[in-house]
Amino acid sequence: MTDLSNPIPTKPPRSQWLDIWDQFKTHKGALWGGIIFLTIVVLVFLGPFFWNIDATFIDIRSRNQGPSLTHPFGTDQLGRDTFARMMAGGRTSVSVGITAMLLALFLGSFIGILAGFFRKLDGILMRLTDLFLALPLLPLLLVMMLLFREPLSASFGPERGIFILIVGAIGITSWMPTARIVRGDVLALKEREFVLAARSIGTTNTKLITRHILPNVLSPIMVSATLGIATAIITESALSFLGLGFPPDFPTWGRLLFDATDYLQQYPERVFWPGMAISLTVLSVNYLGDGLRDALDPRIRGR
Amino acid sequence: MLTFTIRRLVLAVPTLLFISLILFLLLELAPGDPMAQVPLTVPPDVKQKMREALGLGEPMPIRYWKWIVQFFWIEPQVLVDWVFGTHFSDGDLRVISWQTRSPVMDLVVQRIPQTLWVVGTAYVVGILIAMPIGIYSAYKQYSIFDQAGTFVSMVGFSVPPFFSGVLVIVIFAVQLGWFPSIYDTTHVVDSWDSFVVQLKQMIMPVMVLALQITAQISRYMRASMLDNLNQDYVRTARAKGLTEYTVVMVHVLRNSMIPVVTVIALAVPAVFGGAIITEQVFKVNGIGQMLIVAIQANDLPTVQTLTFIFAVLIVLFNLIADVLYGLLDPRIRYD
Repeated sequence: MTDLSNPIPTKPPRSQWLDIWDQFKTHKGALWGGIIFLTIVVLVFLGPFFWNIDATFIDIRSRNQGPSLTHPFGTDQLGRDTFARMMAGGRTSVSVGITAMLLALFLGSFIGILAGFFRKLDGILMRLTDLFLALPLLPLLLVMMLLFREPLSASFGPERGIFILIVGAIGITSWMPTARIVRGDVLALKEREFVLAARSIGTTNTKLITRHILPNVLSPIMVSATLGIATAIITESALSFLGLGFPPDFPTWGRLLFDATDYLQQYPERVFWPGMAISLTVLSVNYLGDGLRDALDPRIRGR
Repeated sequence: MLTFTIRRLVLAVPTLLFISLILFLLLELAPGDPMAQVPLTVPPDVKQKMREALGLGEPMPIRYWKWIVQFFWIEPQVLVDWVFGTHFSDGDLRVISWQTRSPVMDLVVQRIPQTLWVVGTAYVVGILIAMPIGIYSAYKQYSIFDQAGTFVSMVGFSVPPFFSGVLVIVIFAVQLGWFPSIYDTTHVVDSWDSFVVQLKQMIMPVMVLALQITAQISRYMRASMLDNLNQDYVRTARAKGLTEYTVVMVHVLRNSMIPVVTVIALAVPAVFGGAIITEQVFKVNGIGQMLIVAIQANDLPTVQTLTFIFAVLIVLFNLIADVLYGLLDPRIRYD
């Protein structure tokens, strides 16, 4: 039996996040996914500081070159350096992915918490979610790109206008799964004793949500965050690939892939780089989400 | 069960009406003008008449009502006429495409067989590959086969069709020259040789679509099998002395199929949506390609109709999935 005279625990207390990290480390795929995703993000955002060729610099004499020391990924039909264009494209694709995910996450958590917490709002908000789930998303996104491209590029400039449009369109068409998961968790949490205790000492609804509910639904939100980045990057690339994304002189991974398909017969390797970048990013993010789901679930985590 | 089905059917009507309203209001904002191509030599009053002939002169609610009537009342009549040779719809105005000035539904009917062939074959192939993978992965959990299967399904999730499609074109059409890179929809199958040609041109789009379907369904199949493999009734079946094959393939599989069947039904509209990109890659002139062309040409009636058809598909298959779930699982009867 334990020594009753000494009630001080021998082991120092461990924080919850340390436990989660320990569990996360055991999932090799997730660990590698995280490392690869971080590497891609760092390379794409810090790379231009070390790589001096501009993505839009045209050197017509060295066009259509294969991989070499000066141009590791070769050059395109106008002599622009593919490596620099890949980094510029990645910056846009990753920024679109992360921003759209944040928007969808905010909308989803907001609606999910409102629906779960206030019974009066539950019916109408969940019907709204069902309606959004019944919308044909890809056709609708294409229609939205068609309709709002002109006015938004007129008021914010071509690049920023399209950025706002794509992020907004992806955000408001992908919040529904998050809202459903969050609502389910909030419904279960609301009946727990600590919520009753907090309410009995006179906590207001706002404080109750921000202090007690929100931290407890953080784990499903984080998992949908990683999966949200993956879907947002794929959707943006799909729109660019269909020719309805960013303007032609503004590279993104989807746009580079789309441009490369014109030269499929002569230079098939040009398709490879952007396609590989999209697939690798999405694969690593998916693995990251998988590991995060296991690590954040206290039933799986060995305590 | 019957009352549940009827209730769901009735509920689907306001959903569809609401979606049609959203689509209509969205397209109301469109900047394009269908009269933009008309030459400047045409006098303004003639132009005004042409505008009215296209149904553009009236206020918004009336045009919405007319569109609803055309879509839900006149088009079904046309279908009935076409099937039974009656004359209900003679003289009625139909939804006209601004590109070709012919009824949109006629164009859709021309395009649908190509889409159905490619998507349908891919769906069947995908399910046929996914089921054994899911069953065996769950039976040998954490084995090398299971790890490999999980990795392949992760890859299938992550590689978008516009990359896998282009990749198979590079490998099998450009480098090896085995299959044509473009799907020829005018090809008629009337002999063994033409059948082989048809098979060759279908392999690549079907494989690209099937990879995604396999990735999704095999994961559900595996999870569902794992849920059932540790149940008490499985131990009972083994204790009775049934062979391992009967236990897994009859007892466990039949129970595991319940959620998988609903997932298969629910994923049908998503596959149609995903086929938009695959059709674009392989130049299949199905309804996805029709939508893209209509969007680029600012052909609003066609865009409206096609988007709404996609919405109808989603609502319909949601309904089918719900009803199937109740039919297959007696524990869930919505009475």
